[in-house]
Amino acid sequence: MGFEEFKNRNISEDYVVVQEDNYPKTSWDAFKQVVTRSVKGELFTGLKITFKMMTGALFKGEMATVQYPAEKLPIGPRYRAVHRLLVLLESGEERCIGCGLCEKICIANCIRMETRVDENSRKEVLEYTINMGRCIFCGYCAEVCPELAIVHGGRYENVSEQRASFSLKEDILTPFDQLNQQTEFAGFGSVSPDADEKIKKTPLSY
Amino acid sequence: METSIIIETIVKVIIVLTVFSALAGFTTYIERKILAFMQRRLGPTNVGPYGLLQIAADGIKLFTKEDFIPANANKPIFMIAPIITAATAFIAMSAIPFFPEFEIFGYTVRPIISDINVGVLFVMSVGAIGLYGPLLGGMSSANKWALLGGARTAIQLLSYEVVSGLALLAPLMMVGSLSLIDINNYQAGGITSWIIWSQPLAFILFTIAGFAETNRTPFDLLEHEAELVAGYATEYSGMRWGMFFIGEYANLFTISFLIALIFLGGFEPLWFIPGGLAIVLKVMFLIFLFLWTRASWPHIRPDQLMWLCWKILMPLALLNILVTALVIMI
Repeated sequence: MGFEEFKNRNISEDYVVVQEDNYPKTSWDAFKQVVTRSVKGELFTGLKITFKMMTGALFKGEMATVQYPAEKLPIGPRYRAVHRLLVLLESGEERCIGCGLCEKICIANCIRMETRVDENSRKEVLEYTINMGRCIFCGYCAEVCPELAIVHGGRYENVSEQRASFSLKEDILTPFDQLNQQTEFAGFGSVSPDADEKIKKTPLSY
Repeated sequence: METSIIIETIVKVIIVLTVFSALAGFTTYIERKILAFMQRRLGPTNVGPYGLLQIAADGIKLFTKEDFIPANANKPIFMIAPIITAATAFIAMSAIPFFPEFEIFGYTVRPIISDINVGVLFVMSVGAIGLYGPLLGGMSSANKWALLGGARTAIQLLSYEVVSGLALLAPLMMVGSLSLIDINNYQAGGITSWIIWSQPLAFILFTIAGFAETNRTPFDLLEHEAELVAGYATEYSGMRWGMFFIGEYANLFTISFLIALIFLGGFEPLWFIPGGLAIVLKVMFLIFLFLWTRASWPHIRPDQLMWLCWKILMPLALLNILVTALVIMI
């Protein structure tokens, strides 16, 4: 077996060599290719790029790191994190009217509420519990709520000593003294707060 | 007189050991920072001011980690391999003049542990013995990744050693001495008399071989994380692993000092910069170059390294020697 045959690793006859056109044929061509590649300075282009990256990061504020616990990126308003129960801004009364639609639509069966008819013959919500071990954060409860009472908040850091810390009514209801800090749920499909900075021209050249 | 020399030598040895062990740790910090900046990251920031105490944290971690020896490993060889790397890295430094002579309390200090007349040969050969560490460590680990790393050590040693020796031959022919102090004094006439201007090819070849000798990135085949887990160091942990890395960073400084002394004018004063500061600046630039290339360039394959060293660099080195010899003759 000749050397050329030995070097031939084509598994079949119709094997296509991708680089066929500029593949060096003689050893002189191979040598020329090596020389052109060696003196082209591509390696120094790489060095230049990394140096530019370093100066940009150090002196032009192009550092990509977000130091997470200290600074946080804004999350989109569509994000479905741990629920919040909102209250009426004027009176501080609960918005929830105890209709039970969220309990009905919940596909994970994780919402449970206890209601009664109070002395003014209005429905009062005694208990409102979401089992966070079962909740799949589908957002149906917030979508179905007629009073915009149960919504998804932005609390995505789900670390606590026990699951129950998220699920009771007093954990998700806006407290009376923090009424002024309650933000309205922007709703499904709304844009993120930093959308203006992120917006780019649609590339039309192709 | 005799005792004073012994005391002086011991003091110098202790200073070199402590300073370069500390510098090796500090270089890991600098390396992480510079690599981070080149990738637009911050690097270590949380431990101490600017993350400086990260070195201490790493040191504590290394010292308190369990020293693990695999069941099938060849124990004595496995245990002695990291010591070879660390020890030879520091032994090689004994023939390097780090600074120009200076006087302290009317006593002239020569900052070289032992001025032997074959300095370059000694440094290069002890540095080459240092690669026995990865080789023996890789072969005795009873681990296939370590074995591959050890095999790659052997081919790397065989490839670069020829190039670095032949590349150095041309400047040595010009100087006519193997002592690093003589080589340094040869370049005494300012920046124009640096050997890099008369031997640019030798400088490039020796730098490339230096990258291979210190296992820095383009030739980081021994512990190529993407292919070999951690190469020869796969089974090492704790202080033994740490010794490999102290040795590696000490080698980095040795090679940087060698390049600065042989090609870049060494510790001769440069314009208004005194000699001691000049060599520190040169070494700092060379270390930065080593880190810079690590951030920029990809690894190459072992066969590409052999191809490069034997088919490109060695003929170039021979050609360089021939031309130098002809020029000296005429």
